[in-house]
Amino acid sequence: MSGNRVAVVGVGQTKYAAVRGDVSLPGLLREAAYRALADAHLTMDDIDAIVVGKAPDFFEGVMMPEGYLAEALGAVGKPLFRVHTAGSVGGSTAIVAASHIQSGVHERVLTIGWEMQSCSEAMWALSFPLPFQQQLVAGAGGYFAPFIREYMRRSGAPDDIGILVALKDRLNALKNPYAHLHEPDITYDSVKESFMLWEPIRYSETCPSSDGAIALVLAGESAAEASAASSGVPPAWIHGTSMRSEPAMASGRDQVSPQASRDCAADVFSQAGITNPRQEIDVVEMYVPFSWYEPMWLESLGFADEGVGWKMTESGATQMTGDLPVNCSGGVLSTNPIGASGMIRFGEAAMQVRGQAGDHQIDGVRRALGHAYGGAAQFFAMWVVGSDKP
Amino acid sequence: MPPADADRTVTPFPVGLWEQPQPSVPGEAADDAVQRIRVPASITYRYTPGAAPTRFLRGLAGKRILGEKDPVNGDVYVPPRGMSPIVGLPTTEQVELPDRGTLSAFCVVHIGFGVNAPPTPFVSALVLLDGAAVSLYGTLLEIPIEEVRIGMRVQAVWVDDDQLEPSFESIRYWKPLDEPDVAAELLKGHM
Amino acid sequence: MAPTRDVAIVSFAQTTHRRAVPELNEVELIQPVIREALDAIGATISDIGFTCSGSSDYLAGQAFSFVMTLDAVGAYPPIQESHVEMDGAWALYEAWLKIQSGHADTALVYGYSKASPGDLPRVLSRQLDPYYYGPLWPDSVALAGLQARAMIDAGIIDEAEMAAIAHRSREAARGNPHAQLQGSAPIDELLAAPYLAEPLRRHDCAPITDGGAAVVLAAGDRAREWSKRPAWIRGIDHRIDSHNFGARDLTTSPSTELAAQKAGVAGGPVDVAELHAPFTHQEKILTAALGLSDDTVINPSGGALAANPMMGAGLIRLGEVFKRIESGEANRGVAHATSGHLLQQNLVAVLEGER
Repeated sequence: MSGNRVAVVGVGQTKYAAVRGDVSLPGLLREAAYRALADAHLTMDDIDAIVVGKAPDFFEGVMMPEGYLAEALGAVGKPLFRVHTAGSVGGSTAIVAASHIQSGVHERVLTIGWEMQSCSEAMWALSFPLPFQQQLVAGAGGYFAPFIREYMRRSGAPDDIGILVALKDRLNALKNPYAHLHEPDITYDSVKESFMLWEPIRYSETCPSSDGAIALVLAGESAAEASAASSGVPPAWIHGTSMRSEPAMASGRDQVSPQASRDCAADVFSQAGITNPRQEIDVVEMYVPFSWYEPMWLESLGFADEGVGWKMTESGATQMTGDLPVNCSGGVLSTNPIGASGMIRFGEAAMQVRGQAGDHQIDGVRRALGHAYGGAAQFFAMWVVGSDKP
Repeated sequence: MPPADADRTVTPFPVGLWEQPQPSVPGEAADDAVQRIRVPASITYRYTPGAAPTRFLRGLAGKRILGEKDPVNGDVYVPPRGMSPIVGLPTTEQVELPDRGTLSAFCVVHIGFGVNAPPTPFVSALVLLDGAAVSLYGTLLEIPIEEVRIGMRVQAVWVDDDQLEPSFESIRYWKPLDEPDVAAELLKGHM
Repeated sequence: MAPTRDVAIVSFAQTTHRRAVPELNEVELIQPVIREALDAIGATISDIGFTCSGSSDYLAGQAFSFVMTLDAVGAYPPIQESHVEMDGAWALYEAWLKIQSGHADTALVYGYSKASPGDLPRVLSRQLDPYYYGPLWPDSVALAGLQARAMIDAGIIDEAEMAAIAHRSREAARGNPHAQLQGSAPIDELLAAPYLAEPLRRHDCAPITDGGAAVVLAAGDRAREWSKRPAWIRGIDHRIDSHNFGARDLTTSPSTELAAQKAGVAGGPVDVAELHAPFTHQEKILTAALGLSDDTVINPSGGALAANPMMGAGLIRLGEVFKRIESGEANRGVAHATSGHLLQQNLVAVLEGER
């Protein structure tokens, strides 16, 4: 860890849904922001700076919307900063917010990640065709499916590992009132029989398109302790933050386990003083937009050896009852407002450390990993939060 | 397998969550709230592909696939974007590549997007051209889907000569080539 | 604990700005600039601890447009990297935070755009409140016209003074080989031209530009190693005003004033100021908000009126002040960047040479 100590002292989420027609864009953000401030026992006036992040502006049809949102976010007269690093943006934004405090510049920072995907056609906003570029006539899942197939080939994993991940995450989502998808009737067979979209990815193994926002309040050491004393909820101290990027297409690049992913994990664990992540991390919130990414990232992050991550999934180790619960919140498979998804992982990790996760709480979490990735599996953001002051 | 007796009750929201303020103007009930306004917006962009893509696209119009070489490592990028992403230097030397290669990765698409999507299901393929360092995207046809495999050899099927244009659409699709498969391990790092 | 590290700008490069560069894509446009900034100090990307860029999808007309530009950096093996959907000046701010946090000792920052594919004033109207302002499609020039009108009505400026600002800026740009517009017609001739959005005439408006810039930051001795006279960042801050234009006094810039105070502009003489004022009248608002005296040379590069690559023009202001400190021409300078319509969001930095 470098710089001043920082902790998460407030987490606020909106109800996630396919369409949140009951609130405007500023209303959605305020819903998350006020909940985070209430959780931290702070008000807008206590906040020194606001750091926001979201994926492409085409989703809501507002260019650089932070200007428009300044008043709604209580940012007038304050620094308001906007991050955009593709799908990892929620994680990156939380890290940039943390650096506002680590640097010694500010004491209390509000950070918000969001997407209101219902404002536009999500597929269009993600990739409208340019006349001279190669057309991937298959959508986002069609981009990642070949790498999943390659993972299956290399690892020899049974065909149904993805089904197990989807079933686990969607059942976990039932314990998270904010989750977008609540499917109490889901079964192994219903996932297996769901429509094949991009073989090997089925409909029920795919993330939804959601509206929603999450806000975190971050604070420096003394401000965090004051907030915790007032709210009675312990801070989640940041033990390490890391970001890594690599090009979309480069000779030697491995899309199944990108070097940027491995480097980022090694960096964040080293900052946190972790040498055996499987033993020392109690719970993981991992960015899994397609079910098979759970075993893939388990390997890439160092929780499992290469080729055997799927065995952790198959054995139940990643279930809430297992030794390394992954995505107790239901994960991206149950809730996916793109610009928020990474920060939800970071926020849920903090909630686990703070003992705030309600029905999806794991007992006695001392250290948790929040993970996000984006682009062509090329942008990575991770943090480790813990109950002990680093 | 997850426990068959999994708890399937949905957790309710915590009590006392911050709520939206109720309208204070009489007669303006919350259930009359405007849920959506339509604001049609259209902006016209005149895109240009850039220097390297222009060279590549002109090649396609002449039924040639022109990659570009990393000036330091010698890796050939196709389609070229003008840069070696590894060294951050311009690629300037063009290299003509054959219109055949190896299937390095694929998926079977059951919902296609866009006007050029073939009837579903179809195979979306990454093709590593012989001599190239990275794969390009295409559709693989003329083979039963269950026979498609990583490492199989493929060849481009072009549009008729009078239809050739500076466009990716000059290559209609890819078809199997009757040659021995390439070991999948050799394709790692080149998808 | 307040920021403690000495961090300086040590290198700067920019494109030769043009109205349109249709023959190059964004990565081809910015790569030579990144390379020039690194080459000038004999560095490669492996010497850089953190990279941060600023660009906009709406300007590019493409989602995730920054992804491809990463190819210009040479990011393999992977690098610590981030991107802001803001001017490169804010990317520099993020990099400065990273260095202050001890996460890096050096940083590469770049900002760029091609405004030419779209109709810029119309594209910028998409920044507005989508419920109340956006549907009216007011363009950026018309909005600036409202502000100029408010200033004239308040007796703060007149059209002749605005023309004099345009004239001074573009004459100064004769000494700037990167400028898009160099030299100006005489003031009386400028005033005889037709209005674009009354009271604004063409000369009152920044040109539309394709281009970008890159800056290298370094801490402590590394900075002294890389530059014979680094421009130390003595203060840097940014603030935002309301988007509700009707509720704002458009003739002032409280966010600039506050940022200037936080950055410590008043803590010493200001030899040079590079202000990001895309419209002539805005220079006067900024000069007042920053509390600059007549002793300060304003926009010796010609400022945004000589070249205004969106997402780069703010970063260029920092680079232009650095150049003058490095050359010894100035000892202490102020750089300013703006974002949004009507100077809504502003960043101020105080740069200083070695004492």
